[in-house]
Amino acid sequence: MSELTKMKVAGARDALRAGEVTSVELTEACLSAIEEAGALNAYVHKTPESALEQARAADARIKAGDAPAMCGIPMGIKDLFCTRGVASQAASRILEGFRPEYESTVTGQLFDAGAVMLGKLNMDEFAMGSSNETSTYGNAVNPWRRGNDDAQLTPGGSSGGSAAAVAADLCLAATGTDTGGSIRQPAAFTGITGIKPTYGRCSRWGIVAFASSLDQAGPMTKDVRDAAIVLQAMCGHDPKDSTSADLPVPDFEAMLTGDIRGKTIGIPKEYRLDGMPDEIEQLWADGTAMLKDAGAKIVDISLPHAKYALPTYYVVAPAEASSNLARYDGVRYGYRAKLEQGDGITEMYEKTRAEGFGHEVQRRVMIGTYVLSAGFYDAYYNKARKVRTLIKRDFEEAFAAGVEAILTPATPSAAFGLGEVTDEDPVQMYLNDVFTVTVNLAGLPGIAVPAGVDRTGLPLGLQLIGRPWEEGDLLNTAYALEQAAGFVAKPEKWW
Amino acid sequence: MLDLTYDAPKPKIIAGAKHDWELVIGMEVHAQVSSKAKLFSGASTAFGAEPNSNVAFVDAAMPGMLPVINEFCVEQAVRTGLGLKAEINLTSAFDRKNYFYPDLPQGYQISQLYQPIVGEGEVLVELGEGVARKVRIERIHIEQDAGKSIHDMDPHMSFVDLNRTGVALMEIVSRPDIRSPEEAAAYIAKLRQILRYLGTCDGNMQNGNLRADVNVSICLPGAYEKYQETQDFSHLGTRCEIKNMNSMRFIQQAIEVEAKRQIAIVEAGGSVDQETRLYDPDKGETRSMRSKEEAHDYRYFPDPDLLPLEIEQAWVDEIGASLPELPDEKKARFIKDFGLTDYDASVLTAEVESAAYFEAVAEGRDGKMAANWVINELFGRLKKEDHDITQSPVSPAQLGGIIDLIAKGDISGKIAKDVFEIVYSEGGDPADIVEKKGMKQVTDTGAIEAAVDEVIAANPAQVEKAKQNPKLAGWFVGQVMKATGGKANPKAVNEIVSAKLGL
Repeated sequence: MSELTKMKVAGARDALRAGEVTSVELTEACLSAIEEAGALNAYVHKTPESALEQARAADARIKAGDAPAMCGIPMGIKDLFCTRGVASQAASRILEGFRPEYESTVTGQLFDAGAVMLGKLNMDEFAMGSSNETSTYGNAVNPWRRGNDDAQLTPGGSSGGSAAAVAADLCLAATGTDTGGSIRQPAAFTGITGIKPTYGRCSRWGIVAFASSLDQAGPMTKDVRDAAIVLQAMCGHDPKDSTSADLPVPDFEAMLTGDIRGKTIGIPKEYRLDGMPDEIEQLWADGTAMLKDAGAKIVDISLPHAKYALPTYYVVAPAEASSNLARYDGVRYGYRAKLEQGDGITEMYEKTRAEGFGHEVQRRVMIGTYVLSAGFYDAYYNKARKVRTLIKRDFEEAFAAGVEAILTPATPSAAFGLGEVTDEDPVQMYLNDVFTVTVNLAGLPGIAVPAGVDRTGLPLGLQLIGRPWEEGDLLNTAYALEQAAGFVAKPEKWW
Repeated sequence: MLDLTYDAPKPKIIAGAKHDWELVIGMEVHAQVSSKAKLFSGASTAFGAEPNSNVAFVDAAMPGMLPVINEFCVEQAVRTGLGLKAEINLTSAFDRKNYFYPDLPQGYQISQLYQPIVGEGEVLVELGEGVARKVRIERIHIEQDAGKSIHDMDPHMSFVDLNRTGVALMEIVSRPDIRSPEEAAAYIAKLRQILRYLGTCDGNMQNGNLRADVNVSICLPGAYEKYQETQDFSHLGTRCEIKNMNSMRFIQQAIEVEAKRQIAIVEAGGSVDQETRLYDPDKGETRSMRSKEEAHDYRYFPDPDLLPLEIEQAWVDEIGASLPELPDEKKARFIKDFGLTDYDASVLTAEVESAAYFEAVAEGRDGKMAANWVINELFGRLKKEDHDITQSPVSPAQLGGIIDLIAKGDISGKIAKDVFEIVYSEGGDPADIVEKKGMKQVTDTGAIEAAVDEVIAANPAQVEKAKQNPKLAGWFVGQVMKATGGKANPKAVNEIVSAKLGL
């Protein structure tokens, strides 16, 4: 593996500006790393030609002295983002052959800033999954393996391809999206950093919708500084998204002082789950100690409705998804089933959706349809909305009491084996999101930072949850944690 | 508003085999908002464009596309609400109504179920002089229209045109206050008139820009009054909804046949099923579209892509201050200020353009005379060519000029009609035309006297007869008018003839 691909965004930016490296060199290095990494199945559509074209244009801009931070940085883009002229399928068969004629706001901003797209990254179908196993392309594979066996592990999901690509140095950074933990869980499983910003910080325009009130884009990077740089380029107000916030975006990178003296960090007691592995407990305790050593004030807090977050999420998200996915009907674009003589529109819908959607997507569409049905709406959807309000209020009360960030584990375990959590018991899979979904339900920013390894050498992550719109402050706290944890391990190349 | 008092009309009674029955009707009117762009996209709303040419990515429900509310459509809905004297809800919200159909690309219609933008209002529906029904409006909400499915272009395929997809509609929901087919038609007509005055819907029913779902039920006399007292719907019969009607004539026919159908069922000991029906004007019957059991479960829920719609009272007030004079007020003012009959005032205010035309003509002139000329001559002539007032070749100034010539005594009413015809077909200034064509009426008594003398001298026998029978003076007047080519002032001729004959 070329040393160039190991570069981080900040370092590459500086080297590009200093003329020590060109974007074409970086891009070519990444492209050949991608070629070698077929076993990871991280990229599902590669775009080497347009990548080199973008790289050449970026080099020209850098030469001309017009180089925004992202200029010339090779990135991977999650398949959920619509990218003009490039297959954008949300890892679903139902979008087979779909090439949008438009560019999502987030990728458009990145490309305007000079970022280079290497290709589209694997993910769970429609971002529904925690292991990347629901992808129509087959799962991506975690570059990490346990120290004691060769079993293939999940990179997490839904942004599993993004996580694998960043961890294996198949790009300098990647985009992800996070509806219930889809950035933070895979980041934790692969030893990288992932931030889900405040709901409304990044435009959702042009990102295939899963659950509109929860979906947020965010960067997946090799460290916190890179997260600050890439997030800066991704976010901002977009009049094309009515839920996008018209707020100024501060200079996140400039806020990374590492000084968190006097900051109040809350430790929520409800996150201490029965049967949680000791290693996770230990990691959390270690993280708490690190922040304390860095001068933060640690307080115990209570988020009493956190225990309802997972069931609430699994009502709200499928409800929205069942409606958002109604447009995939075989009428206008994407996959349409072959029809028999005499089949009408109903058969076309049924066959197209039965063949075009995978099991997990079908399951969630059915759950969502059920919870919105006449007679069940109040018992499920409406109740979930009310509980969601209470969950949000828990956080508001903690922040009002002076808490500035909340520290929790990112996941209840390290990466698990592919095929280990089976389709028969979806709740087992859903439990992966237990620490992350509350953040989406409350619309808050959350970041996962690698902070240690388990006994088999797999990375483990901690999550910091911040106040709304305080990503800069949150990144700085994460930066301090990153410094203290000193996690620098990389997966050993086996692919 | 100027006070005009009305009596409520009697409900229509339909005689069944066993009882007399009354009708109870409520309407949901879908009015296309007059706006150049769609409700949630910038695509054009122009009618008659090439299929699928006015379609934005969001209208076609491409992946990742998001709706953004068109503020002008909101303003139009507020204006409509104010025009119907309704409460405006400063906070409203959009909900998704989910169902599958090829001309509904999103798989849901964005509508307002739980929190509509407009609340309760009312419409005064006149049904002849001094008789009117006050129809209560329950709510108005804004929503997206669907596209058009075309099933008869190919034996195996259906085609979809998305031009209409996402166009803004206002759904105006009435209470069940309408009591006869005629009232139903009059209600639509009145609503259409108000919307056109407001400029919020062009009211074009043929293009489907105004269409109605009609809820019909029957009840025994006396039951409706119980409902009115209690607002308890159980006093009323089970209703059926007749969908998507865009002709006032068909609406009346459909109500009539639907009521008879329900009466027959109930009198035979059966019960009416609540269902959605369609009217077939060729067969003159309604038929079931889907029953309650088959009814869609629309799974309404708040649209997470749109924040609640918050508007400010100051903005509502601003819109309120810009409202035009509405039909009821205008009619009352025409009656009061111009001394018009109720009928003439109704005719003139039917369309805002007619009313404006009339006012321009009547300005500084005799109102009744202006009304007569506008209604009888101009409207009559326009109707012959199937034109409306906006296509009139005669301007208010020209018509006013003709009336002025009559008032000055320059031309008679009869000559005026000739002048009108010339102005209508050739144009020109009426005074010039009269001057150039020598149509001016002769008021010079000397000339008239000479003409009278001539006729008297030429007809001694008639003179004798007239002296016996003064009614024959008219014959002399006619002869004089003939001799002067109709230009003599008839009043002057009359007087001189009478004087010369010594009558």
